[in-house]
Amino acid sequence: MIAPFLTAYLVVFAYPVYKMFALSFTDAPLIGVGQWVGFGNYVKLFGQKLFYTSVWNTGYFVLLTVIPNTLIGLGLALMVVRLKGWLQSLILVLFFIPYILPVSVVTQIWQWVLDQQFGIAQYIIEFFTGKRISVFRDPVWAMPMVALVTVWWTNGFNLLLFIAGLRNIPQDYYEAAMLDGATRLQCFRRITWPLIWPVTALVLTLQLILQLKIFDQVYLMTEGGPFNSTYVLLQLVYREAFRLNHGGVGSAVAVMLFLIIVVVSVLQYQLLRVRGR
Amino acid sequence: MPGKTIGNALLLVLTLCIACMWAFPIYWAIVTSIKPEQEVVSKTTFIPDVFNFSAYYFALFNTNLATWYMNSIVTSVTVTIVVIVISVMCAYALSQIVFPGRKLLYGIILASFMVPSQALVVSQFVLMHRLGLINTWGGIILPQLIVPVVVIVYKQFFDSVPKELREAAKLDGCGEFQILFKLYLPLNWGITTALAIITYIMAWNAFLWPFLVTSSEDMMTVTVGITQISDAFGVKYARDMAVAILAAMPVAVAYLLFQKRVTQALMLSSGIKG
Repeated sequence: MIAPFLTAYLVVFAYPVYKMFALSFTDAPLIGVGQWVGFGNYVKLFGQKLFYTSVWNTGYFVLLTVIPNTLIGLGLALMVVRLKGWLQSLILVLFFIPYILPVSVVTQIWQWVLDQQFGIAQYIIEFFTGKRISVFRDPVWAMPMVALVTVWWTNGFNLLLFIAGLRNIPQDYYEAAMLDGATRLQCFRRITWPLIWPVTALVLTLQLILQLKIFDQVYLMTEGGPFNSTYVLLQLVYREAFRLNHGGVGSAVAVMLFLIIVVVSVLQYQLLRVRGR
Repeated sequence: MPGKTIGNALLLVLTLCIACMWAFPIYWAIVTSIKPEQEVVSKTTFIPDVFNFSAYYFALFNTNLATWYMNSIVTSVTVTIVVIVISVMCAYALSQIVFPGRKLLYGIILASFMVPSQALVVSQFVLMHRLGLINTWGGIILPQLIVPVVVIVYKQFFDSVPKELREAAKLDGCGEFQILFKLYLPLNWGITTALAIITYIMAWNAFLWPFLVTSSEDMMTVTVGITQISDAFGVKYARDMAVAILAAMPVAVAYLLFQKRVTQALMLSSGIKG
């Protein structure tokens, strides 16, 4: 009974994992065999400016998305959870619907909304900066805008988790607190926040790991540009392996990304366990 | 308390405003898609002067959209069915059948959460090339079949089914397959639909892998294909928005029909029992 899953697992998962490591020590092109070069690819990577740029940009993107996305999710959940009945369902749908859209649809919509000449968001940008900006061609604006689109796209999921968490808090706690004359702020700080913390930690963890793997949005909106200001790690994998035909180097970057994610997950797990005590 | 009522009303209005702003880009895309191309760039109208569906007509009949739809439907439906069937069988075995290495296997499946599938694209591409599956439905489907979380969710549910049920069925002479498909699966029908819908949405929306494994326009899925539509005479936003809306339609409809199931599946797979 486990045979079908196990076969598929070994063929398209376990074997590629092993192959990823193996390839990263060779100078193989994308298709074909290569010579063993030991840590050559890694040495090459560490001497490459684009690698550091990608690491930095990935980190910058994570910084721009993870915490805002969590806070906005919690904020919206606190507002939505107070509503009742069909109104709550309707508003939840409005917030959630971007999450189920394919990434290419999301990027097409935003490319139109932010279009320099005719985009409707340019009214807002013009109001604040005094001029129209081609956001995806501007090295300062590109990454924050990709982050903004990502938050818009993915926030529905966080909102959902927070709402589930808030619904699990028994109402009697609030009633008792209100009887004792607690203000709304006190209620939030003493009841909601401590009880919602596990969900917050979960959302942060999921977000962090998800956003480290960013590729689709950047590729579709900026292709890593302008001037590599949105070049991320997965894009480097794509470039080395599929554009430059360096399967070995591409795998080495993939291994680095894999290691970063493992280290981050383990660190975060430890951190959360400490906080949880 | 009147003060409290006013406060609540204000909060309601504020929430509504933010929600409308949040959904505005989608509304704007829909409105744009039903405008004539020259109205799109000549003025900002929130409701089009005339309803014009030429962009949809163009998208449906002058592009490869029909082919891409076909590819998307075949691949995402296949992925959904195969993922559910192989995962449910594996989960049942892990939960109910004692065999050597069971704990180890479960541990390995749990650990594969750590491996980002995106990091595997290079070696998976090499493998698909060796199997001769580049630019085929098989090539799109195969690497999407491993979804550890589906196995884990099923296993947790099977663990909670009372043991007596299985023993009674065994006494009646049922084989393991019969117990699984006639007893355990119907018991967990709600979870199955939830997981199936979410798997389908994820498969339909997959971008990176189908993008890498298909290079010929005839084999692309919708999500990849729509990024290929461009025009030598500049961007045409009404057309692009129509294409985008058509591409999103199958998941949007699935979500609106099965909202509860979608949210249930997301909570299950993130570890919050819903």
